[in-house]
Amino acid sequence: MPLITAASDGRRMVVAAADRAALALGIRSAMPLAHARAMVPGLTVVDADPEGDAVALARMAAWCLRYSPLTASDPPEGVWIDITGCAHLHGGEAALLADLLGRLDHGGTHARGAAADTPGAAHAVSRFAPGPAAVIAPGAHQAAIAPLPTAALRLPPETVGALRRLGFERVGQLAEIARGPLVRRFGQQVALRLDQASGRVFEPIRPVVPDDVVAHRLPFIEPLLTAEAFGTVIDELLDTVCGELEAAGQGARRLDLLFERVDGSVQAIRIGTAAPSRHAAHLARLLKERLETVDPGLGVEAMQLRVPLAEVQAFRQAAGLVEGDRPETSIAALVDRIENRLGPGSVWRATAVESDVPERSVAAIPAIGGAPMASWPVNLPRPVRLLDPPQPVEVIALLPDQPPVAFTWRRKRHRVRRADGPERVYGEWWRRSAEVVAVRDYFAVEDEEGCRFWLFRRGDGSDPATGDLRWFLHGLF
Amino acid sequence: MQPATNIVVAALRSEIARLECRGAAACREKVVSFGLEAVDAALPGGGLALGTLHEVAGIGCQVEHCAAASLLAAGLLAQVPGEVLWVLERADIHPPALAAGGLTPERVFYVHAHKPQTVLLVMEEAVRHGGLAGVVGEFSGALGLTASRRLQLAAEQSGVTAFLLRRSRCFDNPVLLEPSAAVTRWRVATVPSGPPLVHGLRGPETPGLGRPRWRLDLIRCRGGEAHSWIVEAFDATGRCRLVADLADRPAAAEPRRAVA
Repeated sequence: MPLITAASDGRRMVVAAADRAALALGIRSAMPLAHARAMVPGLTVVDADPEGDAVALARMAAWCLRYSPLTASDPPEGVWIDITGCAHLHGGEAALLADLLGRLDHGGTHARGAAADTPGAAHAVSRFAPGPAAVIAPGAHQAAIAPLPTAALRLPPETVGALRRLGFERVGQLAEIARGPLVRRFGQQVALRLDQASGRVFEPIRPVVPDDVVAHRLPFIEPLLTAEAFGTVIDELLDTVCGELEAAGQGARRLDLLFERVDGSVQAIRIGTAAPSRHAAHLARLLKERLETVDPGLGVEAMQLRVPLAEVQAFRQAAGLVEGDRPETSIAALVDRIENRLGPGSVWRATAVESDVPERSVAAIPAIGGAPMASWPVNLPRPVRLLDPPQPVEVIALLPDQPPVAFTWRRKRHRVRRADGPERVYGEWWRRSAEVVAVRDYFAVEDEEGCRFWLFRRGDGSDPATGDLRWFLHGLF
Repeated sequence: MQPATNIVVAALRSEIARLECRGAAACREKVVSFGLEAVDAALPGGGLALGTLHEVAGIGCQVEHCAAASLLAAGLLAQVPGEVLWVLERADIHPPALAAGGLTPERVFYVHAHKPQTVLLVMEEAVRHGGLAGVVGEFSGALGLTASRRLQLAAEQSGVTAFLLRRSRCFDNPVLLEPSAAVTRWRVATVPSGPPLVHGLRGPETPGLGRPRWRLDLIRCRGGEAHSWIVEAFDATGRCRLVADLADRPAAAEPRRAVA
């Protein structure tokens, strides 16, 4: 059943917003309510609640803090997320956007998104580009917004109408003409929006501040510029924040350090830890390693440290006068440092998976706090290097079920001196229908120089349905 | 005169050893054994010194995958208690093989570093951290004296053993022969193995694969001499042994005596 909300525009009741079903029936916002009711007889109409919408939008902006420390609601229907320096935590901009839209969709919210160099360009592309998700490459945002209609520039409807009467339909047409007449005719706003979209004028966003997190802010008398000064402030901030965490019995899993610049913009560093930590020296080291990503501009007038994600960390009795077990030497601290440099997930452990298919018998699990480890059966010979994907080889074998006599890999011929096999591996029918009858026969062979290889043949040699009898090299011992 | 000179020389030697070992005083004494008299005797201290940098490469076409070299490092580190960090440049390692060599999965952390310089960076970070039993890095670039000296100094200070597996896409890469500060440098490769069963020496050939054999070349060793052995590969307990059919082969025929 289509659903719309209705509000008064001063003279009459109009449609404020329409759901997907109503949009499909041709109902648009700002349409007179009587007209909409005439078009669709069984329409459900509820009163619009702008205040409630704004609160819900702010809550959604706070939820988006999972992606970046800088998010802001953009009424009536948008959320800004400044993903500068945060996209790598989610595997790149496209992956971040897909994850965001996927989660929203899962929760029942139909959303569109775009990532671009400037807020203006992202705003325009997300609302007017054809696809639901778009990532504009760095530097390509001007070309991306050029074909969009002028309404994409966040201009009031009367300005858009006036522009259309003058023959300006697209953003690209506006960008090409001289500024003087444009400003005289329409005021500063068109030029400002054009500059904000193209990045010539910086557009700060006012980030939401979640109120239930441990945070500490330190304003300065003089703007700071140097990395040494930032380092001192980081130590100062961590002293306070770690004290608060200790009082709460918690350890930080994620830390945001915000730099408020004199020009009103905010830069941010975000770090994550593998295990909850409130060890000030360790956290300071992680933060300082990322200082090089911060552009202080003309100076930083305040810094703020926030802990958006904290977990319970048990108290430990102090070791006494003798400094014994330092938290710095725990493996989690090393994992943090490496992941801080190479990106999250770059440190992993391997665990056994109950599968006979060699490439599926290993699973990567997080380095800290993963599932209990299981090992592999030790009596099966397994190669040290596994080629992914297996490489095709030319093989001479006397009979289909015998080990090869010779094979050619990378144009080099290897004569087989000794061989072991076959070890038959059946396809896992519950994964893919193609694997229901698939069979691989593995042979471990040694050539005349002593190199050992792990070859397999697709198919059992008698039934053509099980495989096409092609040979592959899968590993090296 | 002779005993007095010996005392002076001994004092000087201990002084040099103390200077060389600036971080941990006893790091020289800790060694890990190959479980093989012939190999251990060739190494100063009776085994591979812990808390130092060792370089291992393959031979010939095996320099690309360093499979035997990986098993050598895994087998030696399996005997040292503690966790191991394995820094990869290409993620082609198959952990079950390391587990079969004694390095069980709960002891190994893997890092995929993608670039050669990042491998060195992560290795140094991990060695300096000091909480690990060993660090293994797979490295395909040119090492140089400075980089290897940094790793060696870090290993000396923290007492963490570091293995650098030199991989290379071309077989006779001159980069592998450049000098480095590693305490020992090894080349290891599999060579044709013996019959799977010992009685196969005289009886009919049995099908199957025997225990792999390694050619183990110690090409440089600080305080020791270069050697070369043919050994049988490590088993699950990290022990290797000299090749049986060479060790137990019949004694050479006695020289004939001319009878007048």
